[in-house]
Amino acid sequence: MEYINIFIKSAFIENMVLAYFLGMCSYLAVSKSVKTAFGLGLAVIFVLGITIPINWVIDHYLLSENGLLGIDLTFLRLILFIAVIASMVQLVEMVVEKYSPALYAALGIFLPLITVNCAILGGSLFMVSREYSFGESVAFGLGGGFGWFLAIVAIAAIRERIRYSAIPAPLRGLGIAFILTGLMGIAFMSLMGIDPAAFVAGK
Amino acid sequence: MAETKVAQVEKKKEPLFGKKERKLLVDPLNDNNPITVQVLGICSALAVTSLVYPSLVMAISVIFVTAFSSLFTSMLRQYIPKSVRMIAQLVIIASLVTVVELSLKALNYPVYKQLSVYIGLIITNCIVMGRLEAFAMANKPWRSFLDGIGNGLGYGAILLIVGFTRELFGKGTLFAGSPLEWKIVGPSAEYLINTAGTGYMNNNLMVLPAAAMFVIGVIIWIQRSWNKKLIDVS
Repeated sequence: MEYINIFIKSAFIENMVLAYFLGMCSYLAVSKSVKTAFGLGLAVIFVLGITIPINWVIDHYLLSENGLLGIDLTFLRLILFIAVIASMVQLVEMVVEKYSPALYAALGIFLPLITVNCAILGGSLFMVSREYSFGESVAFGLGGGFGWFLAIVAIAAIRERIRYSAIPAPLRGLGIAFILTGLMGIAFMSLMGIDPAAFVAGK
Repeated sequence: MAETKVAQVEKKKEPLFGKKERKLLVDPLNDNNPITVQVLGICSALAVTSLVYPSLVMAISVIFVTAFSSLFTSMLRQYIPKSVRMIAQLVIIASLVTVVELSLKALNYPVYKQLSVYIGLIITNCIVMGRLEAFAMANKPWRSFLDGIGNGLGYGAILLIVGFTRELFGKGTLFAGSPLEWKIVGPSAEYLINTAGTGYMNNNLMVLPAAAMFVIGVIIWIQRSWNKKLIDVS
């Protein structure tokens, strides 16, 4: 129950894109069509769901003072986390290419791009600063990925719709995408008051 | 003897600070701004801009990291194999960011707390990585260094404009949290403009993160109506 709670909280209430502005670069650059946004969103769910638990294990058993080495190595956190993310993305790419060429073709260049998506590293850093347990970090990874997926598909759909609207020329493209994201952020804020525990219990 | 001659010839060919070098510094401020034109580095930028002071600290950190990561990558560019260049670049950036993070923690703990994970996120700030890929891997160290500073400045300029607008309209102060705090608009005699009894209220929308998106959207609008060649035609 607690895990569903964290899943809902990280997907809707503390949405990576709309509440914390993480992963903005690819969010704005890849949201011109729903199809590509869908592929990138799936890849992000996948990578976040894998790297956060792995980084949790590394942080607890290798870097912390109570870990296997018995020394406080937390200053190496940033370097190790990003190395794990880069190698995991590489690995995921190779596995997907081997076992599902169709999915690989659909994702295309978006898989390697995920390495520099701030949402991935940000997810790992939030996992550390919020002191999640292992199970919670899995739920947080999947929920955060799902929230990112929802946000990018939604903005892509809106941008497809407004393509032929009469927007002032200097605001067209990037400018209107920024303002739309701001409006979506305000809309998502209305979810802020929801207590996920009550939501799950059906009260 | 021969060596000094070669050195002199080279020096003549490329002055230390000529027109091209100046262009590297000035271009990212307007025509090629990392945030409003290249769409890089928005992620860690927006969440820190509700006050001017943290934005300033963030801007200085990013300038430091872009400048030195470009310099080091450019110095090592002939020794980095192409297949592992991403990981090599990330290690350089991550070490510099660790230096920034630890120094900030030691020097100014309250601001460090306020910036929280966003300092660490400079690593995945696309400006740094993007400039390394696009410029430092193919250019000499001095030029790459200038390019790094220029892009850091372009980023910092937008950060400060957004921070200034949001803090002034959202809280009525400037540089709150620093020793230089200015009180501009507020309902008591401490403030420069005393609004007690006039019914003026601070705009709470500006404190919300969403306001950063509106402010940047408007900055893009203004910049593009003044600099027509940036208009998106597609």
